[in-house]
Amino acid sequence: MHNSKKFKIPVGPQHPALKEPESFSIALKGEKIMGVDIRLGYNHRGIEKGCEERSYIQAVYLVERICGICSHSHSTCFVQAVEEIAGLQVPLRALYIRTLVGELERVHSHLLWLGVAGHEIGFDTLLMYSWRDREVVMDLLSQLTGNRVNYGINTLGGVRRDISKEEVEDILKGVGILEERTKYYIDLALTETTIIKRLSGVGVLSYDDTLRLDAVGPTARASGVARDVRKDDPYAAYSEIAVNVITDTHCDVYGRTIVRVKELMESFKMIRQLLKNLPDGPIAVKAPRQIPAGEALSRYEAPRGEDVHYVKANGTEKPERVKVRAPTLANVQAVKHMLKDRFLADMPIVVAAIDPCFSCTDRLISINDKETINWQALHAYSIEWYKHQGIDFSAINKKFRDNFKG
Amino acid sequence: MSKEENIKNELVNKFAYLGGNINVPRPRRIFLEATQENFKEVFVYIAKQLKFSHLCTITGLDEGEKLSFIYHMADDSGILLNFKISVLKENPVLKTVTDCFPGAEIYERELVDLLGAKVEGLPEGNRYPLTDDWPLDQFPLRKDWKGANNA
Repeated sequence: MHNSKKFKIPVGPQHPALKEPESFSIALKGEKIMGVDIRLGYNHRGIEKGCEERSYIQAVYLVERICGICSHSHSTCFVQAVEEIAGLQVPLRALYIRTLVGELERVHSHLLWLGVAGHEIGFDTLLMYSWRDREVVMDLLSQLTGNRVNYGINTLGGVRRDISKEEVEDILKGVGILEERTKYYIDLALTETTIIKRLSGVGVLSYDDTLRLDAVGPTARASGVARDVRKDDPYAAYSEIAVNVITDTHCDVYGRTIVRVKELMESFKMIRQLLKNLPDGPIAVKAPRQIPAGEALSRYEAPRGEDVHYVKANGTEKPERVKVRAPTLANVQAVKHMLKDRFLADMPIVVAAIDPCFSCTDRLISINDKETINWQALHAYSIEWYKHQGIDFSAINKKFRDNFKG
Repeated sequence: MSKEENIKNELVNKFAYLGGNINVPRPRRIFLEATQENFKEVFVYIAKQLKFSHLCTITGLDEGEKLSFIYHMADDSGILLNFKISVLKENPVLKTVTDCFPGAEIYERELVDLLGAKVEGLPEGNRYPLTDDWPLDQFPLRKDWKGANNA
């Protein structure tokens, strides 16, 4: 290839790094990216129009399916707007439960991201570790709501399930385990040479560019912009608890990693506060089928950043208009800027660093001949399977289990 | 006086024609309406002077004979200003805000594709979110849209 020539390569829509379709047309000069053109919309499902043709309560379940990872973010954002129009006084206990599920969702999302980031830089051990630990919070979400994703906990006027004293104990136990693991990840992010060298100076977005391009969430906070809806425009129970906004000034993928792992610790602190102060009382008020005419705008700090829902009601059982802006859309313009003048090899991790949303509906429990295999049995099976291959994991597994318990 | 009320008064003092078109329904929310002609000067004032430096998104609405557009702008103290303008459906022309907010490009493309807005000054680029072969006269978020195959 002649160095003075520019040429374009298409990446996607069946993307080599991401699990969702989007298309990048990259102008290259040698290994250097001269410009990026992004084509989105492959996943456009007409959900906004779909909401106009459904009742409010049906719309709650539809908007929950906008995203497989931050489903609770979308349903909370939507019900908040409708509750504001209808003038519903949501019981405090319901707000606490909503916030609790929201923070557990953030924990699972950030741990998931950490694994993806590890994978994109060829550090697959980190993927294995963080996704194994993520199972702790997935099990808690499953226990509390009945689902690992699309929790269905929100309803107009409150939440659908209460939490018991035993569940509170289980959450505290799970949070204790994850807190220990997160300390390890923070140590890893701050000291591990592989991570520091691979991520530093990659995907740079300066403070000024962050403001100019309107980036949100951890992407903005890693460039020193202390923008967090939980603090700025508190919703649910966030005005009742201490919210500490994590920022970093590295302005690159390394900074985004630090912000996310530190935010995990903040989430654990918030979960403890919520459980400690969990008020007694009802978990929902009855919502009318017909919502009076009016409009409201609701904001929510999703794991990826600010989520925005605008709802307009016309006095009937169906919304007049529902508008959704998910955080990834706000960060897409920034990605173009981050990639410019960088090397092509940096592209997967730079794109992954804004944590674009992709569906995750996998379960670790598989069904085989109508028999359910639980985690312990599957784990024992995998050790046996490797023994047959001539690899014995028993000793290292025992060591790990002892550490985990401690 | 609350910060929201201060902002309201400042806007009315600066642009007398806004009097009666500003509402503060609850803390941290301001709703404001202006005409198409006054849009840009008020918009720039809000973004630059009042420091509503974050454009959350733009909502497009089909209101019968008119199309309306709401610019949701936030400041650092968490106040959200919803700035609405309406244009006639026959000639739904808007001025771009990408000069103030470069990130608004994708939001404006959405208005073009889904509601049929014409955005003056929007740079050339890919469609969003509809496909390249989507008919140019079909706007799914308009109320009278019945599906491309049934039109």
